[in-house]
Amino acid sequence: MTDWLPVDAYLVESLPEIWFGAVLFALGMYLVLDGFDFGIGILYATLDDEHDRETFLSAFGPVWDANEVWLVAFGTMLLAAFPRVYSRLLADHYLLAIGFVLALLFRGLGPELREQRDEDRWQRYCDYSFIGGSALAPLLFGMLAGCWVFDAPTLSLPSVLTGVGLVAVSVVTGAAFLAAKTDPDLAATLRRYGIGATAAYLGGVVVLLATVVLTHAGGAAEAILSWPVATLVAASVLAGVGGSALAVRGRYTAWLVTAFALPALLTALVAVLLYPTMYPPTEVTVREAVVSPLALNLTTILGFPVLLLVLWYFKFLYGVFSGPVEGDGYGA
Amino acid sequence: MFASVSAVDPGWIAFLSPELASRAQFGWTISVHILFAALSVGLAPFIVYFTWKDVRTDDERYTRLRSFWVKVFAAGFVMGTVTGIPMSFQFGTNFPRFAEVAGELIGGPLAFEAKMAFFLEAVFLGVLLYGRDRVGDRTYILSSVLVGVGAWLSGFWILVVNAWMQTPQGYEMVTRGGLEIAKLTDPIAAFFTPRLPWMYVHMINASVISVALLVAGVSAYIVWKKRDAAAWNTALKLAVVILLISAPLQALHGDAYGRHVENTQPQKFAAMESHYETGPADLHLLAFPTSVDAITDPQAENLFTVSLPRLGSFLASGGDFDAVITGLNEYEENPPVPLVFWSFRIMVGLGFLFIALALWGAYLIYRDRLAESERYLKAMIVASPFGYAALLTGWYVAEIGRQPWVIQGELKTSDAVSTTLSSTDATLTLTAFVVIYIGLVATALYVLKWLIREELQELGAAESDERWRGPLPEVNEND
Repeated sequence: MTDWLPVDAYLVESLPEIWFGAVLFALGMYLVLDGFDFGIGILYATLDDEHDRETFLSAFGPVWDANEVWLVAFGTMLLAAFPRVYSRLLADHYLLAIGFVLALLFRGLGPELREQRDEDRWQRYCDYSFIGGSALAPLLFGMLAGCWVFDAPTLSLPSVLTGVGLVAVSVVTGAAFLAAKTDPDLAATLRRYGIGATAAYLGGVVVLLATVVLTHAGGAAEAILSWPVATLVAASVLAGVGGSALAVRGRYTAWLVTAFALPALLTALVAVLLYPTMYPPTEVTVREAVVSPLALNLTTILGFPVLLLVLWYFKFLYGVFSGPVEGDGYGA
Repeated sequence: MFASVSAVDPGWIAFLSPELASRAQFGWTISVHILFAALSVGLAPFIVYFTWKDVRTDDERYTRLRSFWVKVFAAGFVMGTVTGIPMSFQFGTNFPRFAEVAGELIGGPLAFEAKMAFFLEAVFLGVLLYGRDRVGDRTYILSSVLVGVGAWLSGFWILVVNAWMQTPQGYEMVTRGGLEIAKLTDPIAAFFTPRLPWMYVHMINASVISVALLVAGVSAYIVWKKRDAAAWNTALKLAVVILLISAPLQALHGDAYGRHVENTQPQKFAAMESHYETGPADLHLLAFPTSVDAITDPQAENLFTVSLPRLGSFLASGGDFDAVITGLNEYEENPPVPLVFWSFRIMVGLGFLFIALALWGAYLIYRDRLAESERYLKAMIVASPFGYAALLTGWYVAEIGRQPWVIQGELKTSDAVSTTLSSTDATLTLTAFVVIYIGLVATALYVLKWLIREELQELGAAESDERWRGPLPEVNEND
C-alpha cells in the first residue's frame, strides 16, 4: 500500500483506543436518541385522548427511523473494529439479542401501521405493539449490556437492574423531549413522570453499583470504587436533580439538555467499567480484540469523514423538524 | 424467564440441530427482508421521477402518483428496517465464527452501509414524508434523490460483502489469538471482487423489474376498475416502458453472468444444470419432472427435457461445443441440487415471461390500446408478484448454490455456526421468526390492499362513472 495507508502500523498509535471510543460514541448516540423514542412509546401508554396520541406520534414519526440507525452504526462499527467482541457478545446472549430485535420490530411497525387504517380495534392493536415494543426493547438491551459489562448471567440482579435503569432513563429523555415540543398542559403531566423516572433511575444506578460491589460480580467491583466512576455518578445525580428543578420551573428545553446528559453519562460509565477490557467474560482487551492495522486504518479514513457528515444530516433533520408539534403533525 | 427456558430444555422443541435451525432462520429472514430491500431499490427511481414531476409541473396525475407510492415506499422502508436489523445481528448470534473469521473483510463494508447509505435514506425519508411544507421545492426534490441514492448505495455495500463471500480475495489466513482468521491484505481487491459488478447490475435490475411489475399490476388493477384514471394510465405506460428496457437487459446480462459463474464457481454452475458427469454439457431449455424422484433429485435420466446438445458447454465456454464442464461427482460435498436446479429454471422461465409481457405491452402502446385490452390488464395483475418470485429464486441459486461454503473454498457453513447455541433456543427463535414474519408479510399485503381501495374510493370508482379524479368526492358533488 501507499504511504497514506500504512499496512503494519496504525495511523496513530492510539487508534484502537480511538475506535473503542468511537464505538461507544455510537452506542451513546443510540441510547440518547432512540432512548427518547422508547420514552415516547412508554409514555404513550398513559394517554387516553386521541389528539394527544397523535401529537406524540407526530413527534416520533420523522426521526425515529434515523435514530434507530445508530444501533446499526454501533453494531457494524463494533464488527468492523472488534469482530471477536461482536460475535461473542451476540452469540453468548442469544435470546436477549433476538428478543431485543423483535421488540424493535413491534415498536417500529406499530405507529407505521396505525395510520394505515382508521378503525378502533386495528389502532388499539397497533398501540399495544408500539407500547410493548418500546418498553421491552430498552429492558432487553439494558439486560444485554448488564450481562456484557458485569459478566453476569442472563437473569441476574445486575442484568435486570441495568435493563430497568435503561427503561427509566428512556422515560426521562422521552418526557423531556415531549415537554419541550408540546403544549403546557401536556408538559405538566409529562414533568411528573419525568421526575419520577429520574428518581427511579438514579436510585437504580446506585443500587446496581452497590450490588455489583457487594456480590463481587465480575471484575467490575474494583473499577466501581474509583474516582472516574464516582465522578460520573455524581455528575448523573447533578444532572438528574438539576434537570428536575428546571422541569419544575417550566424550562423544558434546558431540562431536555440535562436529560440527554443522563444516557450520555451512562455510556461513559460503561466505557470506564469496561476499559481496557472489551469483553469481560473472556477478558479480551481492546488491543487483543482489534483488527489488523490495514483494516482499521481503512475504516478510519473512509468512515470517519462520513460519520461527520452523518452528524450534519442529523443537525439538518432536527432543524427541519424543530419547534412544537400538534396532533395533525408538522406543518401539515 | 429466558434462563428457565434453556434450563428446562424440553427436548421436543429441539428437533432441529442448531446448524439446520440457524440456516433455516437466516434463509427465511433474508427471504422476507429482501422483498422490502428490493422494493426500496426498485421504487426509488419512480419516487424521484414522480416527486420531480409533481413539484415542477403541478400536474395532478403526478401528485396522485407521488402521494400513493411514497406511502408504499414508507411502509416498505419501515418493514425493511425492522427486518434488516435482525440480519446483521444473526452474523453474531447464529454465525459468530463467520463474523470472527471474516470480520476484517465484511465489517468495513457493513459499517459503510450503515454510515453512508442507511443514515442517508432514513434521514431524508423523514423529510420526504413529513417535510413537504417545511423545506423548499429544491430541497424536497433533492431529498427524494438522496433517499434513492441511499437505497442504491446500501445495495452496493451489502453486495460487496456478498460478492466477497462468493469470490473471496484480497486477504490471507493468519492465526491470531488461537483463531484462524482472514486478514485484509489488499482492500481494493477485497472490495472489488470479480463477482461484484455482475451481482450489482443483476440485483439492481432485478429490483427494478420486480417493482415495475408491481407498479404495472397495481396500475392495471385500478385502470381495469376505472378506465379513465389518467394518473394510472400514465403509471401503467411508464412501468411497461421500464420493463421493455430492463427485462431484455436482464436476460442478456444473465447469460454472460452464467459464464462468469462457470469460471469462478464451477460447482454452483454444475448444480444449476444438474450436471453430474464431467464432460460436455447439454443445455436443458425446458425440464419437466416425470416422477417425484425427479423433483427431489433431478438427473438427466428422470427428466423430460427439451435440450440443445452441448449448448451448455458452448454457452459456458463462450463458443466451444466440446468444452469440458466439471460435474458434481467430482466434489465431496454438494449443495442441495434440486433447490438450485429448480430455482434457476423458475427464475429463467419468469425472465422470458417478462420479456413477452413487455413486448405485448409495447405493441399495445404502439396501437394506443393499452388501457382497452382487458386481457393485458388481467395478465399484468396476475404477473404483479412474479418479479419478486424471480428475484427470490435467483437469490436461492446464488446462496444455496454456494453451499456447503459460507466463504467459497475457505469456510464451511457448518463450521461457522455458534457452538454455544442450543437446539432449543435456535428452534424457539426460528419459530418466532416464522410466525412473526408471516404476519408481517400478510400485513404488508393488507396495507397495499387498503391503499388501493382508498385510491379507488377517491377516484370514485366504487360509485357512478361520471365522478372521478377529484381530490375529494364531496368537491365534485358541488360541481
